[in-house]
Amino acid sequence: MMDMLQIFLNESFWVASLRIATPLIFGVLGALLCERAGVLNLGIEGIFVVGAMVGWMSVYAGAPLWLGVIIAAAAGGLFGLFHAILTVPLGLSQHVSGLGITLFATSVAQFLYRTILPDVSSPPRIIPFQPMDVPILSDIPFLGPVVFQQTAMTWLALIMVGVVWWVINRTPLGVALQAVGDNPDAVNAQGLSVYKLRIGAVVAGSALMALGGAFLTMSAFDAFFFGMVNGRGWICIALVIFASWRPGKALLGALLFGMFDAFQVRLQTEAGAIVPSQIFLMAPYVLSIIALVIVARKAEYPRALLHPWFKGHR
Amino acid sequence: MNKPLILTLAGLTKRFGEVIANDAIDLTLHQGEVLALLGENGAGKTTLMNMLFGHYTPDAGYVEIICEDGTPLRLPPGQPQAAIDARIGMVHQHFTLAENLTALDNILLGSESLLSLRRHRRAARAKIEGLMQDSGLIAPLDEKIGALSVGERQRVEILKALFHDARVLVLDEPTAVLTPQEADSLFVSLRKMVDKGLSVIFISHKLHEVLAFSDRIAVLRHGKKVGELITADADKNQIATLMVGEETALPEREACDVGDPVLELKSVTVRRENTRNSLNDVSLCVRAGEIVGVAGVSGNGQSALAQVISGLERPDQGGIAVAGKVMPAPTPKGMIKAHVGRIPEDRHHDGVVGSMTVAENLIIERLDAPDVQTRGFLRKKRIAEHAKELVQAYDVRGPGIEARAALLSGGNIQKLILARVLEQEPLVILANQPTRGLDFGAAGEVARRLMEARKRGAGVVLISEDLDEVLSLADRIVVMHDGQLIEADTRDRAAIGLLMAGQAA
Repeated sequence: MMDMLQIFLNESFWVASLRIATPLIFGVLGALLCERAGVLNLGIEGIFVVGAMVGWMSVYAGAPLWLGVIIAAAAGGLFGLFHAILTVPLGLSQHVSGLGITLFATSVAQFLYRTILPDVSSPPRIIPFQPMDVPILSDIPFLGPVVFQQTAMTWLALIMVGVVWWVINRTPLGVALQAVGDNPDAVNAQGLSVYKLRIGAVVAGSALMALGGAFLTMSAFDAFFFGMVNGRGWICIALVIFASWRPGKALLGALLFGMFDAFQVRLQTEAGAIVPSQIFLMAPYVLSIIALVIVARKAEYPRALLHPWFKGHR
Repeated sequence: MNKPLILTLAGLTKRFGEVIANDAIDLTLHQGEVLALLGENGAGKTTLMNMLFGHYTPDAGYVEIICEDGTPLRLPPGQPQAAIDARIGMVHQHFTLAENLTALDNILLGSESLLSLRRHRRAARAKIEGLMQDSGLIAPLDEKIGALSVGERQRVEILKALFHDARVLVLDEPTAVLTPQEADSLFVSLRKMVDKGLSVIFISHKLHEVLAFSDRIAVLRHGKKVGELITADADKNQIATLMVGEETALPEREACDVGDPVLELKSVTVRRENTRNSLNDVSLCVRAGEIVGVAGVSGNGQSALAQVISGLERPDQGGIAVAGKVMPAPTPKGMIKAHVGRIPEDRHHDGVVGSMTVAENLIIERLDAPDVQTRGFLRKKRIAEHAKELVQAYDVRGPGIEARAALLSGGNIQKLILARVLEQEPLVILANQPTRGLDFGAAGEVARRLMEARKRGAGVVLISEDLDEVLSLADRIVVMHDGQLIEADTRDRAAIGLLMAGQAA
């Protein structure tokens, strides 16, 4: 029991929690933007893969790290645009289109990787983002290493929480976004374009999702390999509901999940001899389902989520 | 007319597939004038206004507004933004408000640059408060729309249009959801704004309010403009004839022997978070051979009452008895078995399965009957014969009995439901808004069938928002307000109106 407590007191646990949470923060913010506008984006898992592959490949081909990040976001936005065109003006099933995007994007990413690098046996590496060492702030005991020795992309993720919150709650665009996810007729009657708002939200949200993937290959690891996204996208879809579509709670949810995951890794070394490791690997997912059951029953979905809107129909 | 012209609609035409919703309609509006657009449901009033406002693109014709400097401006078709820029405001029958935003945000939506990094609400708030003062249309600005009453929501809608400096205000059936008193105060407010130069087009099918409030009346029937007259010179009967195209012949209520109680509700209470779905100590007795009319503004518990009688909702307290037999745990199936026929409020959603055929929809309430199935297999031939007979007897028109029910028009879906229900000769008939949205012919047919059932000895519960319908059909009238039923001992419109508003007459 004392050992368990030790885990929480160790700063490396908190460093790991925040690192594990980073791609989820990007992903859940992206999903949140799409859903606030009324579009479910199940392409998220595939967009993660695309972001991871494209960002990494750009840097491998010689682009600076930040350019790689931008290219990853653009690639994610492109797949988002595809999903948006299918589901917004054409009004196709958001579930089917989203799953299709995931299958398509995953395959395309892997296909390109194999075509461009046909002969590699072990995955080639890049020099990823390094932990920032902010002078003075890093020396604050405990908090210093946990927050101020993360990589720049973790910082970007934390900043994006604030940006998304500001946009949704403090700008006219955010009000329009909330309205289009609740009653598109209200938006149309005020002379705003339902299609443009929804497409824009899905493209921006997908770009954010791709950043979550890019973090994996350009910050957490230094290489791309198949299966590395490993369901993180799906976790984000659940976390959005947990977060009741609010950016602040989204951060909280991602951090909680990061903590579960960091905790189970450490428990494995403590108790691994007795309990099979697969149980620990399962734990974060089981816990997130339980958290969801508790929170999501009271969730107030955006009223127009999943409902396509057509001009001229009433 | 010495007032200056402000708006011209010329030759507006709109087709939906085979149906011509609007056929070359011309209309003019002058400044400071109230024009009433009168017509039955389905006459094309809303379609016309949706073209004016750019929600629909006309197939022919154009809209022209005279700008303040006197120059005419032709609006590009199909663009709401153009109509807003030309300062035309529209208040839809189904409000276009986002429920997750405050009233203020709903009013401001679209008026600020979307690229702005901040909100600028102070000046806007002051302007809206000024408008509320001037017009008397008061609404809480900082409450979310979801928490507001229907009347308040409507005021927010009107304020939204006024906020955009509307010169022309279009109101689509503004009183449909209001009590008579609320409607009166709305008209007082509008009159104030009209005196200041606002021009109003309001859509209605209620003759008395059109006569009371408008300056000029245009009558639409079957998508055509059939008449235009000055209200002051208008004669009620003349307008009614224009509107329906024939003498209004509602079936006469013959005297009928009232028998034993067929449906009794005793102190039924249904508690739900939403008061729209709650009932508070409701007792009701319906006897064989009478029609009990339930009047009231919708959203006062009528749907809960209908759900209880249908067996879809179990009362928290109180009991329900059919033909003297207490139903301890009512279910839809149990109520059907007890000979309760249901004509649901939302006929498309709750009345038929749109993707199933007409024939299948006709047997869907009694799938275990011996003439429908043997040993779990459908008797297709028998079902088809049965459907043919019923379709003929009830004049259900459509592509045939094997066509999907969704392809039928609203009136024919209602006839299909009537056929299904009345064929079983139910003891009790629950008719919830049975003529809403139907044209005159279909509505008359529904009324005639209900009268017939009454004569046969059925007890009918008629829930309707249309007071005229209740007055003409019901033997006895009860009023629903805030989850409670009040017996109306009067047939006086004004007195019943007060009861609908929750004030004892």
